Amino acid sequence: MEFSHILNYKNFRLTTLLAVFLLFSSINSFAETPLTVAPHSETAAHNETAPTAEEKFDPTVTILEHISDTHSWHLFGHTSIALPVILFTPNGLDIFLSSKLVNEHHQAVAYNSGKNTYLNEEEHIKILAADGEIDEEASAHLYDFSITKNVAAMFIAVIMILLVFTKVASAYKTRYGKAPKGLQSFAEPFIIFVRDDIARPNIGYKYEKFMPLLLTIFFFIWFNNLLGLIPIFPGGANVTGNIAFTLVLSAIVLIIVNLNGNKYYWSHIFKPDVPFWLLPIMWIVEIIGIFSKPFALMIRLFANITAGHIIILSLVSLIFIFKSLAIAPVSVAFVLFMSVLELLVAFLQAFIFTMLTALFIGTAVEEHHH
Amino acid sequence: MDLVTPSIGLVFWTLISFLILLVLLKKLAWKPVLTAIHERERSIEDALNKAEIAREEISALTNQNESLLKQARAERDEILKQAKTLKDQIVAEAKASAQAEGNKMIEKAKTEINNQKIAALSEVKSQVASLSLEIAEKVLKTQFADKQAQETLVTQLLNDVKLN
Repeated sequence: MEFSHILNYKNFRLTTLLAVFLLFSSINSFAETPLTVAPHSETAAHNETAPTAEEKFDPTVTILEHISDTHSWHLFGHTSIALPVILFTPNGLDIFLSSKLVNEHHQAVAYNSGKNTYLNEEEHIKILAADGEIDEEASAHLYDFSITKNVAAMFIAVIMILLVFTKVASAYKTRYGKAPKGLQSFAEPFIIFVRDDIARPNIGYKYEKFMPLLLTIFFFIWFNNLLGLIPIFPGGANVTGNIAFTLVLSAIVLIIVNLNGNKYYWSHIFKPDVPFWLLPIMWIVEIIGIFSKPFALMIRLFANITAGHIIILSLVSLIFIFKSLAIAPVSVAFVLFMSVLELLVAFLQAFIFTMLTALFIGTAVEEHHH
Repeated sequence: MDLVTPSIGLVFWTLISFLILLVLLKKLAWKPVLTAIHERERSIEDALNKAEIAREEISALTNQNESLLKQARAERDEILKQAKTLKDQIVAEAKASAQAEGNKMIEKAKTEINNQKIAALSEVKSQVASLSLEIAEKVLKTQFADKQAQETLVTQLLNDVKLN
């Protein structure tokens, strides 16, 4: 309420910020040429894949590296957490720490486990042949089940969710029938929100059966979204912005929706009210529809979260692109603004995913009267 | 492109994590929490309903009390009114009977007085007659003796009469 006045001069403020931003950009584009010659340690520190300090800062590489999955968790400077690498190879299961795949300068090196020789090539582990070249055929049969940064971050989120909600559940036991308090009063509005604003209006009276699924999806996505916004350990991993994560969740939605589809749902797909010669076309359209709905869920969550991370990283990268500390305040202001927006997006995407899941389940279990 | 190629490892671990989370949360959190919330909501609703009923009862009781009070007041007024009428009646009756009694007594007294007066008058009449006879006798006796003596006798007789 009291923030509504910001809306009135937001345009003005944005214009000012943009003006300042453009001012620096013009100055720095002139100053860029002499500066590139000098080595920049922060560029090197930031971009670990660049072995020489003189190499030009490439924001694309840095950003893609930050939003994609890695086998070790980079904390700060030259400190990383080594994570377990689990590989199914034609020669059997192989488990070792990811620190074996890098040398003291954080460069990828070959590692011989006794069964195979591995090389981490751009976060894709390959098997090396005896001559030191990548054995493409063996690598094609290498299945990487490593605990990567995203997996580890996801485990942390899972543990946090379990801790939070078992505590909440125990509060309901000790304070039976009383008003919620503390963590319980923080969690309860969201649980009731999922029940009264997501499940009930979309599913109807059968909502209770799907409440555990909806609540788990909601809090799993939300916690991972929020952890992804924290730039330092244990956050920072782009879990919900990874296509594998959203693929699994939307696949679960696909299975749940179609397992619970009643005869009305299936008759709507196979016997729609159209002339008979249109039926084959309708079948194709409806079957595509079955898959496109969860597919849209998958892409929406992935794209929203990845986009948010890319925007924030791009804004931070501006400092290194312009090689000037003067740009930092502008950059930080924008990052701050985006981060607050991302806090909203984190909730919103969890809400939309859960909401659409409930909607799809609702269409599958709905009783038709016609 | 790397970004949109799901890696088997993350798919596997996400599936495992999600399913474990779903099972554990369902058992440890969602079931007790949702039951507790539901029960609390129902108990609050019950309490509100009961309060509503109690309020209605109280208002009914108050109404009853008021009507009883009104009735009692009306009865009291009625009784007071009756008592007043009765009192007035009694007083009026008493007054009337007292008046009648008084009148009767006065009447009686008057009759008595009249009777007494008549009796007295008749006695006086008879005495006067006898006296007159005595006087006449004596006068007649002494009439021939002396005129002086006659007169003295009359005076003496008259004095005697006075003494009577």
